[in-house]
Amino acid sequence: MSGPASGAPAALIVDLAARHGSFEVMASFHVVAARPLALVGPNGAGKTTVLNALAGHLALERGSILLDGRDIAGLPPEARRIGVVFQDFLLFPHLSVADNVAFGIRMRGTRRAAARAAALPWLERFDLAALAGRYPHELSGGQAQRVALARALAAEPDALLLDEPMASLDVEVRDEVRADLARHLREFSGPTVIVTHSAADVAALASEVVVLEAGAVTQRGSWEALRRTPATPYVARLVREGEG
Amino acid sequence: MPDSAPRSPTRRGPAVIVWVIAGVALALLVLPLLAILLSAPWARMPALLVAPETLQALGLSVLTAVISTVLCLVLGIPLAVVLARSVAWPVVPRRVLRAAVTVPLVLPPVVGGLALLLLLGRNGVLGRWLAAVGITIPFTTGAVVIAQTFVAMPFLVFAVEGALRGADRRVELAAASLGASPWKVFRTVTVPLVAPGVAAGAVLCFARALGEFGATITFAGSYPGVTRTLPIASYLASQNDLSQSIALALVLLVVSVGVLLGLRDRWLPGVRG
Repeated sequence: MSGPASGAPAALIVDLAARHGSFEVMASFHVVAARPLALVGPNGAGKTTVLNALAGHLALERGSILLDGRDIAGLPPEARRIGVVFQDFLLFPHLSVADNVAFGIRMRGTRRAAARAAALPWLERFDLAALAGRYPHELSGGQAQRVALARALAAEPDALLLDEPMASLDVEVRDEVRADLARHLREFSGPTVIVTHSAADVAALASEVVVLEAGAVTQRGSWEALRRTPATPYVARLVREGEG
Repeated sequence: MPDSAPRSPTRRGPAVIVWVIAGVALALLVLPLLAILLSAPWARMPALLVAPETLQALGLSVLTAVISTVLCLVLGIPLAVVLARSVAWPVVPRRVLRAAVTVPLVLPPVVGGLALLLLLGRNGVLGRWLAAVGITIPFTTGAVVIAQTFVAMPFLVFAVEGALRGADRRVELAAASLGASPWKVFRTVTVPLVAPGVAAGAVLCFARALGEFGATITFAGSYPGVTRTLPIASYLASQNDLSQSIALALVLLVVSVGVLLGLRDRWLPGVRG
């Protein structure tokens, strides 16, 4: 998969302030490849604002976003090379599974037929080959998530963002899909940020955790460290949820 | 649930009175068309249909309606994009813009034709400048196209605007994160998403342009082969030869219904078909 050609592990170093209406969020953290970071917090803590700022859909108030050493904060979304898996996946309804996955390849200037061919290994890797001709409305939640992830990774991003990856799935399938997702994330060689409010997601998917509450970071560390010494009542509840 | 519990009114279906009124409404829409069919001079139809005046008016009508529809698409889609985005504007400019687009829908077409004449006529506000450089618009085929575009534009704009607002525009964000520039997002995501709405708008637009009468006769007149479209020819014929008028009306009817039926299945299978 993608990532820097050589040298230090790819890193995403974030130190930003962003505003959603009158609500300002400040967050700083750094993520390295192979150690996915979970950005957790209650509803309204500012997780989505941070995600939008990283993806380029929201301008920063101030600060910087360093991805492999270059500041991407001033770049438009299409130039950031950050893959995003959206909460409800946002697959293109008018394109087949194959063309959804090939979209990022096509946007690099590859012709449609060649892009489809280049998408084939991704379809196979995500067990989607049999669904290549289907349209998004014909997919189950788990299948749609795999398409969204394959689509994001086929564009060969330098970093990956996932917004509440389990939230729009049925409860019964979450454990299985989550295990599948964890396996795929391990294969990605760039920094990964997972926005979630679920302890199960944190435990299964992330190596590092940053807790965001009311627009500010209240704790950071490994899931183990959070479990040993939760810094706020919210973190204590989250830890209990993970053990319960 | 006990038997005495009131059933939901939606499950009982409409009351008898609603059926009766709906029947009257349907009769009002359909019976006049039936009257045309019943009164048509079927024996003389073949001769009337291939009469030079009929073919000339039909050719002119189809040509001008096609050009007007293309013009409405070219001008109307960007206007629909602006209109869809105007929901974020302050109240006054937002309402002014919407009212301006709605005007041709509520304006009597004759008034529209008069307005066009006062703008583009030889002594009109803009027309006198155009005349000075040798361009005369009124009473030309171009005037027919402008009149049709004027009255048909709102149909296209509102259909496309509805499609734009109905589509989940957040997929545009997904496209951008996959490396698509704003232009590529528009071309590969926005346009296909709204294509069914555009097609529906184009069909309505074509039908409206084809049937245009009031603005055309005021602004373009009725010169055979130049500005005498089917509706105008049909109206003029009704003054002295009713059967010819009916024949022309039938042609109009067949063309518009045919376009409506033909395009619906070909262009509007929907992206989820």
